[in-house]
Amino acid sequence: MFKKIPRDHLIFFGGAFLIFAVIQVLISAGILNDFFIVIILIGGAMAIVSIGLNLIYGFNGQFSLGQWGFYAIGAYCAADITYRWSVNKSADGLIVVLLAGTFSGLAIVLIRHALSKTRGLDALSAFTLYLLAVIVLILIALQISKFLIPPINSLLHALPPNISMELVFVLSIILAGVVAAEVSFMFGLPVLTLGSDYFGIATLGFTVIVNVLLNNSDTMFGFQEMKGARGMIGIPQVTTWFWVFLFLLLVVIFTRNLLHSSYGRAIVSVREDEIAAKAMGIDVAHYKILTFVIGSFMAGIAGGLYAHVNGFLHPNTFNFIASFNPMIIIVFGGLGSISGTLIAAFTWQVVLEGVLRLILPSGFETWRFVVYPILLIVVMLLRPAGIFGGWEMPYLRQILPPLSHKVKSHSTDDSQSANIKKLTPAPDGGISTENPEATK
Amino acid sequence: MNTAPQMTVSPVNPENQSGQPMLEITNLSKEFGGLKAVADFDLTLFPHDLKGLIGPNGAGKTTVFNMITGVYVSTAGNIVFDGTEITGLQPHEINQMGIARTFQNIRLFPNLTVLDNVRIAYHAHAGYGLTDGFTHNRKFGQKENELTERAQEFLAVFDLQDRQGEIAKNLPYGEQRRMEIARALAANPKLLLLDEPAAGMNPAETVELMDLIHFIRERFNLTILLIEHQMRVVMGVCEYITVMDFGQIIARGNPQEIQSNPKVIEAYLGPGAAALSEKFRRDKKR
Repeated sequence: MFKKIPRDHLIFFGGAFLIFAVIQVLISAGILNDFFIVIILIGGAMAIVSIGLNLIYGFNGQFSLGQWGFYAIGAYCAADITYRWSVNKSADGLIVVLLAGTFSGLAIVLIRHALSKTRGLDALSAFTLYLLAVIVLILIALQISKFLIPPINSLLHALPPNISMELVFVLSIILAGVVAAEVSFMFGLPVLTLGSDYFGIATLGFTVIVNVLLNNSDTMFGFQEMKGARGMIGIPQVTTWFWVFLFLLLVVIFTRNLLHSSYGRAIVSVREDEIAAKAMGIDVAHYKILTFVIGSFMAGIAGGLYAHVNGFLHPNTFNFIASFNPMIIIVFGGLGSISGTLIAAFTWQVVLEGVLRLILPSGFETWRFVVYPILLIVVMLLRPAGIFGGWEMPYLRQILPPLSHKVKSHSTDDSQSANIKKLTPAPDGGISTENPEATK
Repeated sequence: MNTAPQMTVSPVNPENQSGQPMLEITNLSKEFGGLKAVADFDLTLFPHDLKGLIGPNGAGKTTVFNMITGVYVSTAGNIVFDGTEITGLQPHEINQMGIARTFQNIRLFPNLTVLDNVRIAYHAHAGYGLTDGFTHNRKFGQKENELTERAQEFLAVFDLQDRQGEIAKNLPYGEQRRMEIARALAANPKLLLLDEPAAGMNPAETVELMDLIHFIRERFNLTILLIEHQMRVVMGVCEYITVMDFGQIIARGNPQEIQSNPKVIEAYLGPGAAALSEKFRRDKKR
């Protein structure tokens, strides 16, 4: 029943636990000050966003600058849910987003399933169909939630305040991911039909749109608590190292599992050669959307974690210049390398944003955006594949399966081999195989 | 023979020739703007046929392939594969119905291993869902092992099993070609389209390729349509040849008929060439 756990799994999980424990001890013992705790927490969030982006750009080959927009959506979505719970003592945000997210998620899956059977619907018509379905379902969810809010409020209030807060927080983060994923699906459906460079420009546009909407969130949408361009305050600061680490670990494991499966190979084949992938029976459009949605889900989760670190969100954090940060991280770390992304994200956050700020004189902040690009240029010149290139640590590395016994015995037994080189052209221009069974 | 399961070779049924055609193309046309790349193209392939499509550069041969495989949508005409209309289907759907192809300029997945190249072709038959892929549960382990084993056995058929860990772009040219044909056949197609398989090959590699084409045809009971420029390959392999020039069919027939067809000679060598060639032949006889 119990298989022996492979050595690389032991090393990976042992190492992960060790890192978790050491940092947790440092935090609990008060050795790390608040500044560094915040840096590490944001580093974790950065790592999650960047892994999501690496999936989209590094593995699927779609140059996307929209990751930061989904990060923003996740952050504001999760922040609104927990704000309403901690300040208004009402779970209305949670219930509405939960219902709307579940309903539209189900609708998207069902419509996609139905559309896959009927051919001939172009991306824009399909997009309209999805949009109508989602709008109707959100309205329905709003109506239903009216009846659900009071009983669930009383239920949550019956729990100890700590536990109910944590519960709302974790749910809000998962919902932030779900909302980001659904928005990315709706956005990606028409836009992913564009070629790679055009797709990059369109996603940059998306980040700008999100930024503008957030700047006007109070006037345009009536979310008074988001306070538009003044910045959202009063979000409970409940992100802890435990949660950041847990979500990061889950993201790494799931990404690794996905990439080591047939679906992962399909995703990578799109990057390698789209035309060949199509000719091999890979539904390229489907895998582009799928990867985009999974990557955005990760961005949403990371946004949710980030929102609860400082307890303060400002639209300027999510402007389009900052949207290059995860892009720089994955290019530094190596496109198509999860380990590289992890290391680069934490290095970026801890060394560049943390240590250097303390060490260097105070004028350095303004020079950061001169130094980073120069660093990037140097890396591109010296190591175009990124610092870690395609390197992966043992658990994340794909292992070449050994030849199966059948094949081995097959290749050693010459008389049975259907080896091409052993075929000799017959005088009549036909073929005589040394394997008599082959022509049966 | 049990090296490649699910790829059983049934004896060729001679009655098939009169039965249902494997591929039936009628009045196929493609216009790019005002240019008629292909006009009124007709072709019928019966099961186990090996036909060739030749013509000078720019004759529209690859355009025909692209229309069959769904890369281009035809302007007019029908393509019926195995009794089903496939005009207007997506390339991946057409592939999953049983039409595989190779490309004029080899299109492997260059940065992936040889094994992964073949395993990608098996994707539609992976047998597990996305959630199984995310969680690596028991079903995943079982199906993934089966898939890998099948891919390795398949590579062994093409004598590439020892190369399974090699990055595809590092293979020598001849092996890349073999690899591409192997990958196309992995998903067990009924019809194989080969687009200039001998392009850039030396004579020894060409002979090997001709053997390979005969071998896979018998082994996988394939119907093959092939574009080729090297007359040696065309004459040595194809049983029936269609010649195109400027998007139109100018001749059909078996290799001997085509060889002496004045229209074909003119298309390749220019006007007047047919008369010269006739003279040359007469001189030679004398």
